[in-house]
Amino acid sequence: MTLSPTSFDDSLFASGDSLLKNASDDIPEKIITVILFSCAFVSVATTFGIVGIIFTETWGFFQEVSLAQFFLDTRWTPLFAEARFGIWPLLNGTFLTTAIAMTVAVPLGLSSAIYLAEYAKPNIAAILRPAVELLAGIPTVVYGYFALLFITPLLRNFLPLEIFNALSAGLMMGIMITPTVGSISLDAIQSVPRSLREGSFALGITKLETIFTVVLPAALSGIMASIILGVSRAVGETMTVLIAAGSQPRITANPLESVATLTAFMAEISGGDSPRGSLSFKTLYAVGAVLFIITLTLNIASYWISHRFKEKYD
Amino acid sequence: MVKSSPTTDSVDTIQFNDRLERREAIGKVFEYLFLIGLLIGLFVLALLVLNILHDGLARLLTPGFLIETPSRFADRGGIRPAIIGSLYLGLIVILVAVPIGVGAALYLEEYAPKAWWTALIEINIGNLAGVPSIVYGLLGLAIFNYLLDFGPTLISGALTLALLSLPVIIVTVREAIRAVPDSLRHASYGLGSTKWQTIQHHVLPYAIPGILTGVIISVSRAIGDAASLVVVGAVSFLTFNPGLFQRFMALPIQIFSYITRPEPSFANAAAATIIVLILLILSLNAVAIYLRQRYSSVH
Repeated sequence: MTLSPTSFDDSLFASGDSLLKNASDDIPEKIITVILFSCAFVSVATTFGIVGIIFTETWGFFQEVSLAQFFLDTRWTPLFAEARFGIWPLLNGTFLTTAIAMTVAVPLGLSSAIYLAEYAKPNIAAILRPAVELLAGIPTVVYGYFALLFITPLLRNFLPLEIFNALSAGLMMGIMITPTVGSISLDAIQSVPRSLREGSFALGITKLETIFTVVLPAALSGIMASIILGVSRAVGETMTVLIAAGSQPRITANPLESVATLTAFMAEISGGDSPRGSLSFKTLYAVGAVLFIITLTLNIASYWISHRFKEKYD
Repeated sequence: MVKSSPTTDSVDTIQFNDRLERREAIGKVFEYLFLIGLLIGLFVLALLVLNILHDGLARLLTPGFLIETPSRFADRGGIRPAIIGSLYLGLIVILVAVPIGVGAALYLEEYAPKAWWTALIEINIGNLAGVPSIVYGLLGLAIFNYLLDFGPTLISGALTLALLSLPVIIVTVREAIRAVPDSLRHASYGLGSTKWQTIQHHVLPYAIPGILTGVIISVSRAIGDAASLVVVGAVSFLTFNPGLFQRFMALPIQIFSYITRPEPSFANAAAATIIVLILLILSLNAVAIYLRQRYSSVH
């Protein structure tokens, strides 16, 4: 016997076994898996870090300032001798500038998305889309500069604006957020199948009517998600409002006046040297907690809407 | 037969045709409205660029602007500490965030089992990408300034920016890795390669153009970010080159500091600094495009 079938099988099995060993039991492979997992874990640690730190300091804040003071008082003067901690003026500033930004970003973003998806020739859309998205790549201090030193002086020819005002800051923020609304809406509109449009055209419905009655309703979840994400970005934007809207915490609906947003206050009070444990340090984190909760809620809502209400076409 | 005289019939047809023409006309009007909506954004962009060039170009070209330290006088001095600060920050962000980001993306795409906790990590990364940069500043202030006791130094700012850019890097690198065809992996396994050998020799080289794009997008964002650095404690006036464990400044902070000065000629210095910052971001993107072309042609 030169080669018995069993011994042949055995040798094959043995070599196969050692191959399997190489693939799964090798020490370096295991080390690599652990290293890569730790990389992924950094993001989890970041979240825990943010949540943990913000809420520890905020807890400390509420040991010194009552919840009633924070939510019922209408004045925000934490650095005055007679300190008042009503959060509403800051929320007012944030909501006012955000509202102005969205009045700009929603129509501009949606019309860009509709034009690129439904009207533009592919080669022109290939140039226009990245051009619009450039707006999102510009550092936000630059928008602040432009709002304060170009838009405000320009508008003061027609309107009795204060030097720092919610209007200019909001308008520039709107331009800045246009690509956020536009890109996500564009993806949503493009994922509406062509057959839906053709069915509508076959019924004698014009292109525009098809867009409003078929395409946009079908893309609604993505569009809503893009708008909510835009709101979240506006709420969290710091430099534009800090530079152009000022730091005057007040309750007003007048866009011509100076306001202070949550973020502008935070940027102003910090500077790396407010000592840890001081009330001003804790105030920074308490305002940060409000900001974090608002943006997190918006982000989750956006994610939920885009996944839960997504129309599926197979 | 009810009433179908030829007259009413033709009247109906005419009315219907008229309305269709009107509807098409309205459609045309809206087409132009949508186009105008798109062009407004581009118009503002053009206006902004021209305005900044107009305000800043002369100041940018004054001798010494790039290589001198700042001065109390608007038309003297330069922005060297800010340029060096931003270069350091960008370099550290790349050194820290890119390996971690690529590692995390590789884990989630190639290794992670389908389980509830991997879904949780994914949702978590999506949410982190939407956290405002000033909140990252709060994290950096507590962890790097106080917990690790680095104080308001360059390393605190750089690590904060690294955390800020991590989610975007992970998301874009994952897309690049997902785009690598499975046939490549199977062919490599078929030749007896281990998982890591497959990743190292086939998946990563194939995904490099996409990875570079993601890295550049997020590093550009980090270099342009001011809010988190304000919280961590960048200074608005610095007369020496920042070192790793020294107080620091960066281009966006320099711009902010110039804008807040009352004298109007500081606005020119701000605009000149904006030009430098945008050129820095553009050249980063140019490098990325060049590398992308090179690697795409290899594969």
